[in-house]
Amino acid sequence: MSRVLPAEGDLRRVIGDGAAVPDGEVDGLSADELVSLYRDLVMLRTYDERSVVYHRQGRIGTYAIFWNHEAMQAGSVFALENRDWVFPAYRESAIGLVRGMPVSTVLSWWRGHPAGWWDPAEFNVASICVPIATQIPHAVGFAWGSALKGEDRVALTLFGDGATSEGAFHEGMTFAGVMKAPVVLFCSNNQWAISTPISQQTAAPTLADKAIGYGMPGVRVDGCDVLAVYEATRDAVLRARAGDGPTFIEAVTYRAAPHATADDPSIYVDLERVEEARESECVGRYERYLIRTGVLTDERAEEIRQEALELMRAGIAEAEAEPPPDISLVFEHAYADPPPSLLTEEEELRRILGG
Amino acid sequence: MAELLLVEAVNDALHVEMERDESVLVMGEDVGKLGGVFRATAGLQQHFGKARCIDTPLAEAGILGTAVGLCMAGWRPVVEMQYDAFSYPSLDQLINHVGRYRWRTRGKMSFPLTIRMPYGGGVRAPELHDDSPETYYVHTPGVKVAIPATPADAKGLLAAAIRDPDPVVVLEPKLHYRTAKEEVPDGEHVVPLGESRVVREGSELTLVAYGAMTHVALASADALADEASCEVLDLRSLKPLDEDGLLASVAKTGRAVVVQEAPRVCGFAAEVAAVLAEKAIFDLRGPVIRVTGYDVPYPYWQIEDAYMPSVERVVDAARRVLAA
Repeated sequence: MSRVLPAEGDLRRVIGDGAAVPDGEVDGLSADELVSLYRDLVMLRTYDERSVVYHRQGRIGTYAIFWNHEAMQAGSVFALENRDWVFPAYRESAIGLVRGMPVSTVLSWWRGHPAGWWDPAEFNVASICVPIATQIPHAVGFAWGSALKGEDRVALTLFGDGATSEGAFHEGMTFAGVMKAPVVLFCSNNQWAISTPISQQTAAPTLADKAIGYGMPGVRVDGCDVLAVYEATRDAVLRARAGDGPTFIEAVTYRAAPHATADDPSIYVDLERVEEARESECVGRYERYLIRTGVLTDERAEEIRQEALELMRAGIAEAEAEPPPDISLVFEHAYADPPPSLLTEEEELRRILGG
Repeated sequence: MAELLLVEAVNDALHVEMERDESVLVMGEDVGKLGGVFRATAGLQQHFGKARCIDTPLAEAGILGTAVGLCMAGWRPVVEMQYDAFSYPSLDQLINHVGRYRWRTRGKMSFPLTIRMPYGGGVRAPELHDDSPETYYVHTPGVKVAIPATPADAKGLLAAAIRDPDPVVVLEPKLHYRTAKEEVPDGEHVVPLGESRVVREGSELTLVAYGAMTHVALASADALADEASCEVLDLRSLKPLDEDGLLASVAKTGRAVVVQEAPRVCGFAAEVAAVLAEKAIFDLRGPVIRVTGYDVPYPYWQIEDAYMPSVERVVDAARRVLAA
């Protein structure tokens, strides 16, 4: 095995600033693919912005905002084949959208309606993980188990900076390294875990430095540069497919929105940094790049935004048209073969409710 | 039929089930080359290879967490927790995911994993190798729990657990790994979950127990032989619980003492007592009395006998019920 080196200090970047910093490019991406990636970004951005509105209108419950995380989410998944699996955290609640999941499914989940379920094998997207970091061992086990079966499937798991302090991160990384699992461990480091800053999360110089302790490479990218995210993930996926094991990616951004709709970050966050982050946000940055390089026009960009808005309008209408769920869904599916006492309890509830 | 120790019966079940279903794999600490610290997994790695009998890092949450992923990849993992108290780091995975995932996918994904572990005291071990954690597992929705008392049941219940479409925790009484020996059916042997076993028929008092305490209940019935006709009921499965078997026995005897090694408060004996209060109150001729461990940390082994439910304590409880 080649020696694992410490992570590079500098963040990988591809997109320039249209002035002093020149644009780079990623080999092998066609113009259609570049636009397709833009569509994914816009879909996620539109989902997120509309969801905050829907929350204020009382149409969905508490919602975990992912504004300015779209490049990390769409860019990393774009590097996968459809047969590869995604193991998301709650911050990636809408990640299924880039895999063809209906908008109404994700909205229903945030509405607390049982219609917000899916079969992970339909989209190759695992259920949203709400506890912190506990999906990491799932991704590792899935990747390792797939390799044991001789199946060519890579797993990508996404989590935040706070997750890197959890035991599940440590144990998942340990297993990934030891089992040489074909897994990509993607940390969206937005530098805040609700109100806990990264400086109180770790004394390590960078999160990517942690990777060396697990015998895997650690890579750092600009989390607002979707092409850098894509490229780093693609390299990690190729490495996984070649049987060379896991890669840890630290994508660095700054949380430019509240943790969730119930949070008031003005108490703790650095508002100047928020302002900077909002100015250099990831969707506009990629859009300007595509326009500079002649891949996209303003008109086409507007069309794509309108398409996403239309999908959202249809999606919320569909979610709101869901009939009230039957109480059987409280009981069904908890067990494949339920204990008899559970069946009795369901009958009793039906009798009381006057079924 | 071969005469097997309880731990040999566990090993036999693993061999038979791995042979029968190639998606079954065994994983845990020291389970491979060593064959497990109690030798429960001896010979599996030699026979089935390193891909199906896996030595893992010492990381119980990682073991159970990766087992969830292995299920999603189509495997049927049998996870060993080396000791009862070592299983606690995995409770996060158990409660948050193992018991919940199937429901969250509307039954489209199954998590047919088995968690087996030695449990209980009386083995003169350090005091963190003696816990009876069954309540934590029984209390977790989506998870089933079985506890064998005998070699034949250890084989049959483990086979049932491995074949079950739901996650099942099997707690094996380590005190009896090498003290209980009996004829165990060769080849495939399944004891269905949810069926209790009348170990001894009786007419005046039911001693309800499971796992290691089944042996204490049986010895107590012997000690009471001149005073009362005691029925000994081994529950075998805590979830699903064989309520019909329990109620039938108590309907016949009218009295019940429930024996449990775990600490008292909210232990499984309380569940048994509650079922009897709800469904058998008019059959009862006296109070349901629990004989349990105490609500203290498991003690050093030189005084562990004072903690453990004993024949003397069960006999005392039985006499109180009979006198009521």
